[in-house]
Amino acid sequence: MTAVVPDIAKPGFSFENCRRNAFLAQKGYAVPKATKTGTTIVGIIYKDGVILGADTRATEDTIVSDKNCSKIHYLSDNIYCCGAGTAADTEMTTQMISSQLQLHRLNTGRVVPVITANRLLKHMLFRYQGYIGAALVLGGVDSTGPHLYCIYPHGSSDKLPFTTMGSGSLAAMAVFETRWKPDMDEEEGKKLVRDAIAAGIFNDLGSGSNVDVCVIRKNNVDYIRPFDVANVKGQKQGSYVFDKGTTAVLSTRSIPVDIEDISITPIEPESMDTSS
Amino acid sequence: MSSVVDPFNKFSYMESGSQRQHFSPYADNGGSVVAIAGEDYAIIAADTRLSSGFSIYTREQSKLFQLSEKTILGCSGCWCDTLTLTRVLDARMQMYYHEHQKLMETPAVAQMLSTMLYYKRFFPYYVSNILAGLDGEGKGCVYSYDPIGHCEKSYFRAGGSAGALLQPLLDNQIGFHNMEKVTVAPVPVEKALAILKDGFISAAERDIYTGDSILIKIITKDGIKDESFQLRKD
Repeated sequence: MTAVVPDIAKPGFSFENCRRNAFLAQKGYAVPKATKTGTTIVGIIYKDGVILGADTRATEDTIVSDKNCSKIHYLSDNIYCCGAGTAADTEMTTQMISSQLQLHRLNTGRVVPVITANRLLKHMLFRYQGYIGAALVLGGVDSTGPHLYCIYPHGSSDKLPFTTMGSGSLAAMAVFETRWKPDMDEEEGKKLVRDAIAAGIFNDLGSGSNVDVCVIRKNNVDYIRPFDVANVKGQKQGSYVFDKGTTAVLSTRSIPVDIEDISITPIEPESMDTSS
Repeated sequence: MSSVVDPFNKFSYMESGSQRQHFSPYADNGGSVVAIAGEDYAIIAADTRLSSGFSIYTREQSKLFQLSEKTILGCSGCWCDTLTLTRVLDARMQMYYHEHQKLMETPAVAQMLSTMLYYKRFFPYYVSNILAGLDGEGKGCVYSYDPIGHCEKSYFRAGGSAGALLQPLLDNQIGFHNMEKVTVAPVPVEKALAILKDGFISAAERDIYTGDSILIKIITKDGIKDESFQLRKD
């Protein structure tokens, strides 16, 4: 029968690896873990635009996997986006949306509005029902002024004058709630963002190392990394240089190379073709 | 590919994805302890951060317990178990003192701690213990334990949340392991202190539960000297 009527594969998504993985986990094979950026990310609107801030620690469970990672991602010349959650998800999501925004800009011939980036991001995240673990703070300036959004992994989003995300969001929000006010000047705003990130760095174990800041104004952007080195590494006292021959040589084998003939061919550098 | 889920099988809900919540009597409050023993001294140090999950409870909690003039215990793990264990340990040492009219020697304390831990074999104290001190002859010694009472005597040991990060450094720098053409010599106090501090600096870089500062206690026949050292606070 099967020879006459070929089997039609079942439609829909195959879950067979889920069952296999669950079986392997049950047998004691650890499930691979994704790098989480247990993070503090923040954003505020100030007098002339938007200021975004982020810490620089990435963790795998209780171990710090990256001491200086970059969490403020480029979306377009006037829009940047901070990412918290699964590192790969925040990275790839922002890259994909960035390319879509670029195409949109080329198609329309205008500066892309921030609301478009928000819409693209939330549509994508909603489509994946929260399985893309990206919690974002989106900020930018367009023809209608500065805008700041906070987007959750399931696809909901808020438009706010100041916002925080990640495991250090409570510590950072405490700073904003006491000190944020409308129409702050740039220096005051940067100081506030720094202090909010620092609150996350020192009080949340998932956040640490340095403070990155990105100031987006009407016509230009200041991406300052690091904005502040909140923690200096301790100075070591001992010397850990090993003498030559400290590592044991277990076995040696030498393969003699017999040189039969030597020929030298000089290669002329070729200039690049710029005719067309 | 497709599995047959029997709706009448009462265990069919135990598919992957189903979750059960239950109470856990243990907490992991982190912290790391290092002890190094020499000919006539013993050093024990612990970081002072007490934490749970992603939050810090305090940045200045000593995890070292002085049991006598020449014995100190370092504890990390479940802090409430540490408190109970050290309270009972103190009481047992008082009882020993009144019964025998002399202070307990370090090896005796070491043996008693092992017994006390194994007594709770099936509801253990969730604590990583390292005991350091001077023995009856005034020589430095270190005893390390698992939570249910396995005891091992050694000259250097790291335990707690960054134990796996610190131990290889001690193996190499104090134990001279895995090296050719090195003269194995007893480590002087100053060098032991330097290695210990450097180890904690590096552990604080990579372990989120180790940081803020360390407390160091140096035990010699002349008494116990305290020292403290700052670590990064993020």
